[in-house]
Amino acid sequence: MSRSRDLILARVRRAVAGVPDVEVPRAYRGPSGTPGEIRLFEERLRDYRAVVHVVDEAGVPERVARSLAERGARRVAVPGGFPAAWTAAVRAERVADEPPPTAAALDALDGVLTTCAVAVAETGTIVMDAGPGQGRRALSLVPDYHLCVVRAGQIVAGVPDAVARLDPLRPLTWISGPSATSDIELNRVEGVHGPRTLEVLIVA
Amino acid sequence: MSAERPRSPERPESVTFLGMPATRPFPRNAARAVRDSQLRFNLRKATRTIRARRASVVAEVPDWAALREAGRAIKDHTLRNLDRYLVQLEEAVTAAGGHVHWAADADEANEIVAGLVKATGETEVVKVKSMVTQEIGINEALLDHGITAYETDLAELIVQLGDDRPSHILVPAIHRNRAEIREIFAGRMAGWGRPAPEDLTDDPAALAEAARLHLRERFLKTKVAISGANFAIAETGTLVVLESEGNGRMCLTLPTTLISVVGIEKVLPSWRDLEVFLQLLPRSSTGERMNPYTSMWAGATEGQEFHLVLLDNGRTRVLADEVGRQALRCIRCSACLNVCPVYERTGGHAYGSVYPGPIGAILTPQLRGMGSELDRSLPYASSLCGACYDVCPVAIDIPSVLVDLRARAPHPWPERAGMAAAGWVLRRSGRLARMQRIGGRLRNLAPRRLPGPLAAWTDTRDLPEVPRESFRDWWDRTDGGRR
Repeated sequence: MSRSRDLILARVRRAVAGVPDVEVPRAYRGPSGTPGEIRLFEERLRDYRAVVHVVDEAGVPERVARSLAERGARRVAVPGGFPAAWTAAVRAERVADEPPPTAAALDALDGVLTTCAVAVAETGTIVMDAGPGQGRRALSLVPDYHLCVVRAGQIVAGVPDAVARLDPLRPLTWISGPSATSDIELNRVEGVHGPRTLEVLIVA
Repeated sequence: MSAERPRSPERPESVTFLGMPATRPFPRNAARAVRDSQLRFNLRKATRTIRARRASVVAEVPDWAALREAGRAIKDHTLRNLDRYLVQLEEAVTAAGGHVHWAADADEANEIVAGLVKATGETEVVKVKSMVTQEIGINEALLDHGITAYETDLAELIVQLGDDRPSHILVPAIHRNRAEIREIFAGRMAGWGRPAPEDLTDDPAALAEAARLHLRERFLKTKVAISGANFAIAETGTLVVLESEGNGRMCLTLPTTLISVVGIEKVLPSWRDLEVFLQLLPRSSTGERMNPYTSMWAGATEGQEFHLVLLDNGRTRVLADEVGRQALRCIRCSACLNVCPVYERTGGHAYGSVYPGPIGAILTPQLRGMGSELDRSLPYASSLCGACYDVCPVAIDIPSVLVDLRARAPHPWPERAGMAAAGWVLRRSGRLARMQRIGGRLRNLAPRRLPGPLAAWTDTRDLPEVPRESFRDWWDRTDGGRR
């Protein structure tokens, strides 16, 4: 095994010996530092056919309860750290993520509620980092319905802003709309293995 | 990168396997493919759709040119310092609780992976779509060890169930239309697991639903997954996989053991570099602002056992070539396939490699060497129109590499004899004038098609008509048209 390591590294060194190095020009738009526009984020999410609501902080509990009721969700996963106030009006049974439910148990749930770590307006992306209110990666994957609450302050303008805010040592999941495929005649079809419905509440 | 010019040997020390045997040359494969009107219809429709989508999402990025330039430079800088970044990546992954293995070629990578799977006691693995595992033919190799690999990407599933070969980097089943896919699902799913629904239609949503049902149980119970990676960050040990369906997330998240096979050229120096590539790749490949799902993890995550297998398989040979090494910048977006007039007509199977299209025409002969007739013919599978270069998000000058490879392939003797004769005639103006006069007098004897081994040339071209009088003779006779 280490024989191949030495062999590969020696081949690389031989191949690039004497080749001059290259400076990386970074003339593109880097992290802007400005907040992302809610309207743009909303529009980009809708382009992916995600369901989007913009509510104020006081309206969150009712909106969460209504979305779950409209969906007919009876049992939903609510990871540790998800603000308790936001589920105050929820009628559905709330399933905790500690101890971690098995994949089969997750498959039997009607949906999952989460927060996120950061969101990107320009691309309509939500990024989860397994932090408070987000749970393990499988939680937002196996159930067929994902309701994500995003605070306006978490929305950044572009991809470089998001990269700058995230911790590369945490497990990260970037989500842009519901699960989709373009494998059949290159037409986009929503809904393959991930949640077929993504609903986003923006708290402004 | 330039400077001195170490040439890679024409014949490699060992033959590199690229997922398919090198068989008939490209022109013969292409001639057969273009007669398949269904294939041409499918390809035309698909490539046009995705070309339009890519163009519109690239146009809305004001700094696309600057991102492309940064992407090119980051890749060149990484390749120049690849030894350093590979060692750094190994350290970072190990520090994060992962295990790193090195494989000089396809056989070694397959042996390592088979050994790791066997150590878990499992005989079934789920796979995320990855070019590199196709390149090394891992499914067949694992089967020899009694391990069944299940493809989980929709297009890969279509290919696997149809006992077919992939024909596109991003959409391996691009050559199949919805009706053909329905047939494959209805006929073959039962042999691999949960059968297709009785009333399956050819509606894409119904086909996607059938795949969801077919694979769900498999995802929930399989303990080992095999993936590739789009990027590996040396600084942090973070691996990155971009996908659409969620099958990738299923494989990366649910199994207790994850084995990622990654080509050594996939490494990026720093976390920050992702701000460039997460913009370049989705827009170039699926023509989306962002693909639905991107997973990133460093080492052993959420209690999982993680193995990273770093693969050479001919890449260091490509790296040694001053002109050809830019092919290693490739991020496998497949934009070059979608714009290529040759690919649009022949499809991917004609290229005889898991890497088809313009990038395949430069990557395959370099990785595999130019020992076979097919590999010698690939640099000619192009009209050199340059559309591939224009759309490439890391600015690989594919036409220049094609021309360079053409010069390197041994040419057949009639061509060499013809070129030598032409060179002899053109060297002296008197000789040229005499030959032109003789040609003019014998013009009625000129054949429409060339005889013998030269016929191959006129099979695809019309011989130009020989004029009665050469331009110079006309000029002398009429004083430039004044008389």
